[in-house]
Amino acid sequence: MSSRSAPPIWRHPEFRNGARDMVGVSLGIAAWGLVTGVAMAKSGLGIPLAVLMSLLVFAGSAQLAALPLIVAGAPIWMVWAIALCVNLRFVIFSAAWRPYFAHFKRWQRMVLGYFTADLNYVVFMKRFPRPRPEPEQMPYFWGGVAVNWPSWQLPTMIGLALGDSIPTEWGFGFAGILALLGLLYSLLSDRASWFAAAVASGAAIATVALPLKLNVVVAIASAIVAGLLIDHVTPREAKPVVEDAT
Amino acid sequence: MTGWEAAAAIVGLAVITLGTRGFFLYPDRDLPLPEWLKQGLRYAPLAALAAVIAPEVLMQQGHFIATAKDARLYATAAATAYFFWRRGILGTIITGTAVMVALRVGLGW
Repeated sequence: MSSRSAPPIWRHPEFRNGARDMVGVSLGIAAWGLVTGVAMAKSGLGIPLAVLMSLLVFAGSAQLAALPLIVAGAPIWMVWAIALCVNLRFVIFSAAWRPYFAHFKRWQRMVLGYFTADLNYVVFMKRFPRPRPEPEQMPYFWGGVAVNWPSWQLPTMIGLALGDSIPTEWGFGFAGILALLGLLYSLLSDRASWFAAAVASGAAIATVALPLKLNVVVAIASAIVAGLLIDHVTPREAKPVVEDAT
Repeated sequence: MTGWEAAAAIVGLAVITLGTRGFFLYPDRDLPLPEWLKQGLRYAPLAALAAVIAPEVLMQQGHFIATAKDARLYATAAATAYFFWRRGILGTIITGTAVMVALRVGLGW
């Protein structure tokens, strides 16, 4: 995304910051990728298709949801419908990305969007809470992608190659959840955020019986409402100023 | 499914990744989102994390964990203690995973 006169984007100091902020969680991403790779190896999809899936789809929970259906020979529209539901949270995230990316060309926005996985979203929004474009954002974003993408893909390939010889019953796949937990704790800065997280947890558990991980969408919607309610009843000093530059 | 059908399904899944992650990025004009919703979106990241974590930590096959011999409880507690002691995510992951593997392999929980 850099013009010809500017130095390459990986030389920018913010590129290193973006990479560094992702390194902390990358161990969890790696453990998760490994477990996903093992699951794909065991599914019977076959190695070439599994590699294709990992490289192209780049969305772990949608892959795990779609796999058994593909292997079982379910109708193709059902495979897609399920992946769509599991990915609904990204639609919500994309609304949050828009003010940061809107000034780019459409193809650039689509490339950026493809790489906006969950952790990129959380880490970026923590670093740039104000929804307006800043020159540091692109190097920071790509620095994070440069760590996140291989930390997911390489262990997935290792899991695919080694399959059953990896002792997933030891439970190290839980490292993925622990990475999310650490990130969540780092976002709990004020009373409103604690409250919103508690509401999201409760809503996700209460609606866990919903199919297709739709409980995650219910939980996000509930937490947005809960957070806005808290904002409404408490004075404004506690929260970060959100300036709309658009 | 034949190999080609499965490949077509996978390409479709990639399009779905692009379509959902880029949903509000695709149009050239801003879609009219109400101001309150834009404000509320800052709760979406932590909500998504909490929504994925809570069932994974507290539930087993759709019900609350009924036994104290579940390694996840202790792994989560250890990870939480580490985080609020040192505030580092890498250490949080390592601490919790070490407890997890020790209990799974050592005690068979």
